[in-house]
Amino acid sequence: MKHLDFDVVVIGGGHAGSEAAHASARMGARTALLTLNRSGIGVMSCNPAIGGLGKGHLVREIDAMDGVMGRVADRAGIQFRLLNRRKGPAVQGPRAQADRKIYRETMLSELTNCPNLSIIEGEACDFVMSGDTVTGVILQDGSQITSTAVILTTGTFLRGVIHIGDVSRPGGRMGDKPSIRLAERMDSFDLNLGRLKTGTPPRLNGKTINWESLESQPGDEDPALFSFLSGSPHARQIACGITHTNEKTHDIIRENLARSAMYGGHIDGIGPRYCPSIEDKIVRFADKTSHQIFLEPESLSDDVIYPNGISTSLPEDVQNDYVHSIQGLENAEILQPGYAIEYDYVDPRALDATLALKSVPGLYLAGQINGTTGYEEAAAQGLVAGLNAALASQQRDAVIFSRSESYIGVMIDDLITRGVTEPYRMFTSRAEFRLSLRADNADQRLTNKAIALGCVGETRKTAFTAKMERLTKSRALLDAQNFTPNQLSDLGLKVRQDGSRRTGYQLLAFPDVDFNMILPLNPDFAQIDAETRAQLEKDAIYANYIDRQARDVEMMRRDEAHEIPAEFDYEAIHSLSNEMKSKLSAARPVNLAQAGRIDGMTPAALTLLLSHLKSQARNKSA
Amino acid sequence: MDTVYALSTTQGKAGVAVIRISGPLALSTAQALSGDVPQPRRAALRLLRSPEGTRIDEALVLAFPAPHSFTGEDVVELQTHGSVAVVSALLDLLGQMPGLRPADPGEFTRRALENGRLDLAQVEGLADLIEAETEAQRRQALRVLSGDLGKRAEAWRQNLIRAVALLEATIDFADEDVPVDVTPELHDLVSGVAHSLRVEIKGVRYAERVRSGFEVAIIGAPNVGKSTLLNALAGRDAAITSEYAGTTRDVIEVRMDLAGLPVTLLDTAGLRDTTDAVETIGIDRARARAAQADLRVFLIENDDLPDLPPQADDIILHAKADTLPDKTNAISGQTGHGVSELISRITDTLKARASGTGVATRLRHKQAMERAVTALEATLELLPGHEASADIAAEELHTAIRALDSLVGRVDIENVLDEIFASFCIGK
Repeated sequence: MKHLDFDVVVIGGGHAGSEAAHASARMGARTALLTLNRSGIGVMSCNPAIGGLGKGHLVREIDAMDGVMGRVADRAGIQFRLLNRRKGPAVQGPRAQADRKIYRETMLSELTNCPNLSIIEGEACDFVMSGDTVTGVILQDGSQITSTAVILTTGTFLRGVIHIGDVSRPGGRMGDKPSIRLAERMDSFDLNLGRLKTGTPPRLNGKTINWESLESQPGDEDPALFSFLSGSPHARQIACGITHTNEKTHDIIRENLARSAMYGGHIDGIGPRYCPSIEDKIVRFADKTSHQIFLEPESLSDDVIYPNGISTSLPEDVQNDYVHSIQGLENAEILQPGYAIEYDYVDPRALDATLALKSVPGLYLAGQINGTTGYEEAAAQGLVAGLNAALASQQRDAVIFSRSESYIGVMIDDLITRGVTEPYRMFTSRAEFRLSLRADNADQRLTNKAIALGCVGETRKTAFTAKMERLTKSRALLDAQNFTPNQLSDLGLKVRQDGSRRTGYQLLAFPDVDFNMILPLNPDFAQIDAETRAQLEKDAIYANYIDRQARDVEMMRRDEAHEIPAEFDYEAIHSLSNEMKSKLSAARPVNLAQAGRIDGMTPAALTLLLSHLKSQARNKSA
Repeated sequence: MDTVYALSTTQGKAGVAVIRISGPLALSTAQALSGDVPQPRRAALRLLRSPEGTRIDEALVLAFPAPHSFTGEDVVELQTHGSVAVVSALLDLLGQMPGLRPADPGEFTRRALENGRLDLAQVEGLADLIEAETEAQRRQALRVLSGDLGKRAEAWRQNLIRAVALLEATIDFADEDVPVDVTPELHDLVSGVAHSLRVEIKGVRYAERVRSGFEVAIIGAPNVGKSTLLNALAGRDAAITSEYAGTTRDVIEVRMDLAGLPVTLLDTAGLRDTTDAVETIGIDRARARAAQADLRVFLIENDDLPDLPPQADDIILHAKADTLPDKTNAISGQTGHGVSELISRITDTLKARASGTGVATRLRHKQAMERAVTALEATLELLPGHEASADIAAEELHTAIRALDSLVGRVDIENVLDEIFASFCIGK
């Protein structure tokens, strides 16, 4: 029997798996990516787009850690739009339509060319177990791959069921095999499982759409890319089409509601409220007579169109009818009907902040299996699991992402302390320190951390170091001198005559002051390059607010520094109420900050916990 | 690290009140209030003045420079006379000083622990105190909130959630089918809450509560001796500050200063079954009023209770002790038997409830509302430039909501998302 040995095995080549394998390999761990089929690597099974609000932030953060998603998306981008361009930089999110084929090919080539990484085709059937610990994977053909850590990124494959109208069949995404045996092994771990659902729209043949009759949405004139290393788009740029549902569409759907898998009672899973099916939209917002649909080309090399906004679980004939009732789609050919998919997810409260299962040593979970949705959320988890699995195999300390430092940290913390009730998607409003966690400064927040870990290549290190030098020098130049209100008004800058002196940087914090206006203050300012100017402007806008948040950040960091050992015995704190004991034992927070976010936690309970942590630490060091 | 302060002794007209200040600004605060900082760990008598020079009180000032203090930080203790007015004025003043804020429950202990000033046994003991303090604050908040203020706080909550939801919808769902300009509704919501808070801060309702103090209802059947008892109470340790008859025959109020606590005694109409329509209304009012009072004193004859259920801590006494052979747990306004004991029982109960809350809690609420108003005003200023400054406006709005946490309850992102998904058809 064949036997291979690696440090880390990643099961699944989707967005979580690809990012996890690449991260682990970057860390120098011998990594295997186990996938049913190489051609399944980097497949976008839902809409052909990367990024957006909150999601774009995640991609920038992955990139700042030298991950792959940003670079691959830039390569495959056929339309770039910076969402919220007219709003503040903190809430601007880069988004791109991605060519499905280029994305897949680029991701495959990134992984193929990645040192320390082997791609193995095969089906994972079971884990190799040493007692309670996962120490490898058993394949369909009986061969084994042993490893220190296994990362499971099987998406919707856990008891996945596909529904088209009243027809349902087991399956992962369209055309893939479900993994029943692995599901049974997961059952034996006695984890809390929940059921979710998600849906897709019918795919259309672009040649059969009457584009002339439709509004079109072009990309940005000056595209904002994902990667800090990318310059400009690579692929030919296209526009998307826009059309709308109408009363007739709604009538057709309403008349056939009972035949929808969702409304016919075939589906129990909970779907995302921010991505409802067209059936849902028409039932829940009955007074709306029209819904917008974006017609998104999936690739430059074929004619498949993804009609974003009409995901459905209606039978094929109804899909045909309602699509044909829409302007521009009167003769549209459906290439693949829309379907809903139900799947199991693992209650992510079973995970620690490294995405390792607390009760199953050696096993990490990342992506949709943890109750999230979205390529970006999956990839970000893949990054965290990949880095930590590699670190564990090297017997090094784990890397933890804080809420105060990254959207990645916000997401992981939300997942492991609060669990999910619907597929979890990132929103900027989930980040309490949103003003400092911006897409534009992801590298300033994370790349140093990545360099210290050792997961950053030379190209990025050089580029980042040079950028930071320019920023630091220019910032020092702006801070070096301050000016009285009189001096400023002589130079044409109106500020309050309150007698306080202001530096160039402080002036940039005013909403109506841009870099050009402070140029007259010092001839040396002119030497600062355009990119650095733009970055300083963005940093300055929020400077006052970020100072104000400093206390909250400091308090959170202080509490995060009080780590709680995994084996900590809450029963030993006698004066703690039984309710608190059981809540803490169930949640197993990794630090005091997380403990504080547990529902119903009191200051007294936290104080007691802290005192026990301190006395334990003293006993240990004594 | 912030500098925090709190009243460390029980609220009420005690001999001494101790206000503790801990943190980097503690010593400079003592300097500002009393003109100098006394020698470390030596009590010194100082006159405390506001920055404008208004005299507040003569107090013992003690300075404990770090690390030789309870918290391990610079600590100052101000031991003032235990008058409600003095404590209130001083806490108000501290709240206005930049860099100072009221301590969170258990914060002194937490800081002591962080700085290695406490061992485990000490913390175990203190945890009970913190729990009690937290519980007392919760009860106090519930008490303050159970009336009209509670209803208003609920309305603030709804309006603020709606406001945040509008703003966040335009931010997080910019590429979706949401209204582009939500400024008019947002402006109405925010300015409405800000206005309502300003009215509240002016203290219309709070002042009423402070003026009226605690309410103690005397309950019993007609002619059981309620009024005689009231007169006896009024004639002894208490001074009647005002007296008037209520409308028709429902409730007579007597405000008095009972062992340092402002107390309003309610002489309720005798509770009995009647067919007289007017009297029935009076009795219903008396019942409702008595049920809402902070404490009830039941006067009973022959062991039969009036049909109003006693609540925790309520006092049940046998009436007309002068006519009874067994005078245990009995009282007589006529002879004065048991009157002193009753006064101690009432004041002990009320003081225990006021413990650690009282002025401090009201002040906490007032300061919270002031911080919220400041943030809401900043939000309103940012709204005209809506698009460009939406993120900063949202930050101010979140700041306002966090400030009002203790009044309106925690507003979670899930509450906001619920509102967004209920209002707008998100999902292109």
